[in-house]
Amino acid sequence: MTTVLELRGITKAFPGVLANDHIDLTLEQGEIHALLGENGAGKTTLMNILYGLYKPDDGEILIQGKKVEIHTPNDAIAHGIGMVHQHFMLVPVMTVTENVMLGNEPTRSGMFLDKATVAARVRELSEQYGLEVNPDSYVQDLSVGIQQRVEIIKVLYRSADILILDEPTAVLTPQEVEGLFRILKTLIEKGKSIIFITHKLKEVMEVADRITVLRGGRTVGTVSPKKVDTAKLASMMVGRDVNLVVRKKPAQPKKIALAVQDLYVRDERGHLAVNGISFDVRKGEILGIAGVQGNGQTELVYALTGLLPIEQGQIHLVGRTIRRLAPRNVMELGMAHVPEDRQRHGLILTFPVQDNLVLCNYYLSPFAKGITLQQGAIVDNGRKLIKEFDIRTPTAAVNVSTLSGGNQQKVIVAREFSRPIEVLIASQPTRGLDVGSIEYIHNRLIQKRDEGTAILVVSSELDEILALSDRIAVMYRGRIMEILEASKADKEYLGLLMAGIEASKAVKAGPKKKEPGEVERVF
Amino acid sequence: MAKQKAPSASLPSRQKLATGITLLLAGLLIFALFVVNSQPGQQATFGMNLGETAFQIPDLVLPVQPALYALVLISVFFGAWQLARGGLRSAGWAAAIASFCFVAAFLIWAAQDGSFNLVGMLNGTVGRAIPIALAALCGVISERAAVINIAIEGIMLMAALTSVVSATLTGSLLVGLIVALLTGALIAAFHAVLVIRFKVDQIVSGVAINIFGTGMTSFISSRYLESNIDLLNNSGTLKVIPIPVLSQIPILGPILFEHTFIVYMTFILVALLHVLLFYTPWGLRTRAVGEHPKAADTLGINVFLTRYVNVIIGGMIAGLGGAYFTIGSVGRFDQNMTAGKGFIGLAAMIFGKWSPIGAFLSSLLFGFADSLQVKMQILRVPIPSEFLAMAPYIVTMIVLTGVVGRAIPPAADGAVYEKQ
Amino acid sequence: MAAKKSAKKPGVTPRAAGSDATVAAKAPSAAAESRGGGSFWANNLLMPALAVFTGLVVGGVIIALANDTAIAAWGNFFRNPFFAVKASWDAVIQAYGALFAGALGKPADVIAGIQLYYSTGDATAFYRAIYPFTESLVLSTPYIFTGLSVAVGFRCGLFNIGAEGQFFMGALGAAFVGYSVVGLPAYIHLPLALIAGALAGAIWGAIPGFLKARFGAHEVVNTIMMNWIAFRLSDWLLNGPMKSGGFRPVTPNVEVTAEIPRFFPDPLRFNWGFVLALLAAVFVYWLLFKTTVGFEVRAVGANPDAAKYSGMSVLRNFVLVMTISGALAGLAGAVQVLGVDHWVGQGFSAGYGFDSIALALLGKSHPFGVVLAALLFGILRGGATSMQSLARIPIHIISVIQGMVIIFVAAPAIIRWIYRLRIGEADRTVLTRGWGK
Repeated sequence: MTTVLELRGITKAFPGVLANDHIDLTLEQGEIHALLGENGAGKTTLMNILYGLYKPDDGEILIQGKKVEIHTPNDAIAHGIGMVHQHFMLVPVMTVTENVMLGNEPTRSGMFLDKATVAARVRELSEQYGLEVNPDSYVQDLSVGIQQRVEIIKVLYRSADILILDEPTAVLTPQEVEGLFRILKTLIEKGKSIIFITHKLKEVMEVADRITVLRGGRTVGTVSPKKVDTAKLASMMVGRDVNLVVRKKPAQPKKIALAVQDLYVRDERGHLAVNGISFDVRKGEILGIAGVQGNGQTELVYALTGLLPIEQGQIHLVGRTIRRLAPRNVMELGMAHVPEDRQRHGLILTFPVQDNLVLCNYYLSPFAKGITLQQGAIVDNGRKLIKEFDIRTPTAAVNVSTLSGGNQQKVIVAREFSRPIEVLIASQPTRGLDVGSIEYIHNRLIQKRDEGTAILVVSSELDEILALSDRIAVMYRGRIMEILEASKADKEYLGLLMAGIEASKAVKAGPKKKEPGEVERVF
Repeated sequence: MAKQKAPSASLPSRQKLATGITLLLAGLLIFALFVVNSQPGQQATFGMNLGETAFQIPDLVLPVQPALYALVLISVFFGAWQLARGGLRSAGWAAAIASFCFVAAFLIWAAQDGSFNLVGMLNGTVGRAIPIALAALCGVISERAAVINIAIEGIMLMAALTSVVSATLTGSLLVGLIVALLTGALIAAFHAVLVIRFKVDQIVSGVAINIFGTGMTSFISSRYLESNIDLLNNSGTLKVIPIPVLSQIPILGPILFEHTFIVYMTFILVALLHVLLFYTPWGLRTRAVGEHPKAADTLGINVFLTRYVNVIIGGMIAGLGGAYFTIGSVGRFDQNMTAGKGFIGLAAMIFGKWSPIGAFLSSLLFGFADSLQVKMQILRVPIPSEFLAMAPYIVTMIVLTGVVGRAIPPAADGAVYEKQ
Repeated sequence: MAAKKSAKKPGVTPRAAGSDATVAAKAPSAAAESRGGGSFWANNLLMPALAVFTGLVVGGVIIALANDTAIAAWGNFFRNPFFAVKASWDAVIQAYGALFAGALGKPADVIAGIQLYYSTGDATAFYRAIYPFTESLVLSTPYIFTGLSVAVGFRCGLFNIGAEGQFFMGALGAAFVGYSVVGLPAYIHLPLALIAGALAGAIWGAIPGFLKARFGAHEVVNTIMMNWIAFRLSDWLLNGPMKSGGFRPVTPNVEVTAEIPRFFPDPLRFNWGFVLALLAAVFVYWLLFKTTVGFEVRAVGANPDAAKYSGMSVLRNFVLVMTISGALAGLAGAVQVLGVDHWVGQGFSAGYGFDSIALALLGKSHPFGVVLAALLFGILRGGATSMQSLARIPIHIISVIQGMVIIFVAAPAIIRWIYRLRIGEADRTVLTRGWGK
């Protein structure tokens, strides 16, 4: 085996933080090398340096033993490095061919784009690596899994030997993950080398030849998956022993708080995104909605919160129908919503923490008298909730933009939990958070359940769904495939449902017996 | 519980209803406004010739009332068909039919007992559409790279002034044209530096340049031009060059092929930009930069450079538009002579869905509204000319509502790109 | 929809999304900066002041270039370089000297005027001495209103370029009530005329506001179109229905009962309109920062998505703010016609639309900042006339200076670069959001 890539002492500081602190890494020919770490450990920064998107403050990069300078993505591409980004770098309104050729366009008569040649090359690569991509499709019409393959083709089209995959499994179904791993194996068989960035322990154990763990911008160590277990990796990653289970008592469901009957919803483009859904959520239970993103979950939540009109069907919130109600009316009936994109939808970043804490009820007593705001009450409320929810902020008057992601999420949780609510909808409640914040949010959700609130958790992280839910509904193309008891659900079976394979056709893997109250923690 | 029928996956039936009613309403309006106000037996004459062509077409003479009734019938027929069957797939077609019937009825009514040179008006339409089209093309080229340029008005004003002054001083209209292009490039480059290098809000920068352009041209005009007209502000105009053979085609010839150099340049630019934008690497990169700059960046495309180049080329096109106001039509500069054409051009760009050909066609629409109001003033229509003069502005506002086909701008349009 | 799309993709950097370490570490310094007094004053006072100064310098260069003596002197640069510089300098000093003297008057004259009044009881000298300054305040009055109009829009993320048309409609509305209604006592007639003006402006602002809310049609283009429609409409009104008996296309004079009372006898035009403008600023401040209405407006302006998610109606706020904005611009017109001119003619509102944008930007969209900026602009305009007559510099130079001031205010990076300043950047206020939805 030969070393194809070596990073020595890579250091990169951003204002106020050392993102990479003398990181070393070697990549051997034909291996899958996992780069493991929490959000914010510096994985993506490191790879962006390697790809020429950031300039390192210190350190050197060697390719095939020779020192190289990488200042732009063009340099990286010229050295045979290709990157599959976490957020796909694809132009949705263009075809696969156009996306692949972008930046490296062959021409006819020296001027006109030669799409035919590129399309042929895409077919060839697709066949060679078993990718099954149609060069003429528009990217916006492709599923996330296929889009990822387009990214891989882009890299292969540029004859890369070193592939960097940044959190490639975050958006895939378990089956798609399997497919991706098969593709990765094919790639290394044909002589490519791969750096695989992730924060998911089990995937690392499954696919990696070697694992380098990063924490707080430093290398913790490089290990072989054969010599460690997930608990050891977890503690390397987090820096302390981690409790791998969520402890919760069995649910005590009471009467129905939210009932949805035969619901149809159109998205903003006028397509039916929710296609006849019925379910209900009882007080004191958590219903998890699993599914690959973009299968109507967002529109379902929008309809429930009054953000999108209902095309047909009924929603009953504590006995009242919500149809043609504005978001505020729904809220006043006792609906709370933790939105999936906290910075864009949940917070006003340029407002102080205390104002964000009254964003839904600033117009009610004691925060307002008539139309005049009662600044005193708003400040008091801010101080109280900051203490109660352990929000780390210098004062209640600083802008919420200065808080960390975890604390921003706590601001939203504090705001929604402190109101009198009947039903809570939490969309992707822990996306992008560190382990400590994930633990905190999960415990708060379970505590709220035990207080008798009906909770709907929407998440594309299957582990999170399994950890929190009492019952699980799987959504696929705007329909609910099946609603099942969490204790009877397992990952394989849910994965099949998420891929749209119906229960009758699915080979039912025998439901494993699990101790109630012990569910594996999410990473 | 009885299961309801699932809603259809196609567009809501509301749209069918709305378009159908619009068509019926058009028919009703034609009847109420025009049929009622006309007398039986009147005739409207439309001139179909302008200058010399290979052979002359006889004038079109229409009996007013029967023609109006026919138009009422057409819109009512389509309205009923739309309500009953939803025959017209897109709202655009319905709107086109309704507005065509209405405008045709208006023309017939206005020309009752009189003569009206239709070809002349369409020739005027093209002429009036040119500055709008050039402004729209400037918008297309920079917004495809995600830079909003509302400074077009200011650019055109400045270029209008510099071109006429330089042409008067040198006695060469060609010099005037070149100076106009350079002026446009220079001011656009200034806008580009402000929004790309200094990350100024794109609309604020555009407004500032408009204020600066208005102020500067008025300053120069009142300080120098008004007192030295013959020395500085009297260049003469570009000659009308009839294209051999083509200009001899009846109807089309005089409408399209009897214009000045700038008009032909505009035709060529529309075709050229269309090809460049959709069939060349430069176009592919431009569109990628406008849709997803980061993706372009990761593939080694220089986002900033692409934007600079596009904004500056756009500026030159707007500069050409500026020259059209002075050396292209009247041969002198007047304060604020662009009269909002730069902004109307932006509306044309939006209506044309950010494509060169679409932008040009919608510019023709605005040019038509403009040309129509001028002709109507001559025809002594019993509507105050000031109200007719509002037509282009009102058309702009209607177009912007997107009732007739909503367009989606380039995804990154107006957003600052931060290179990490 | 497109705006949403764009915000999702290139907007959020992977780091900002959720890296605890980064943001946590950054927090204390950022907090200290935003709290720290130095940075606050630097961003809100020093930077605008430098922007104005730099704008004046650019204006000075243009004045020097427009001066025949100076240009001739530069032609002889190699024979007498000193004279070229001096001639240019003199030209600028003469122009700006005339500008400020024309705007502020001479303090010595004021004191002499007061002394004369106390010794003889004759106030004419005093009045003559304060005339230039009060005239500047008279000119500031509509600026305060229109500046507030645009500032309120900015606070809600709306760009109202239509103040000019709204101003005109307000003036016409006030004038109409002012001259056509006869026989009312002043305490009813005057408020009625003011309300008519505000209402006319409000309608002119509400239309683009509604189109934005309902169809996502961009207010920048639409307010400009409304301006042109207002001009054409006024052409018709002034030549037809609202034309006075005379030869010129102007309205009749308003009734005395509709006139805003003046503080001093003629020719001093300083009137209670100025006080009304200050009250409007206080009202806007209260509305924006002390009420639930303002809370919503600012929330929608800062992040319309989050505002919608937390139950506010973005569309309602768009219409509301454009209505308020239009009403303020309409009041500007009403106060101008009822307090100063007493009749309306063509081109009555010329320039106010663009000036008001400069005002709002310079005043950082804060009502009190707008008042300060308006006073400055009133002084510039007040002096521009005497600059034109004394130094032969066309009034339009003020627009040039304003354009530059906007650029410098909007691009603090340029100011920092010119003056080598090290001031932390303030939170970037989102002013506009691309086209439509």
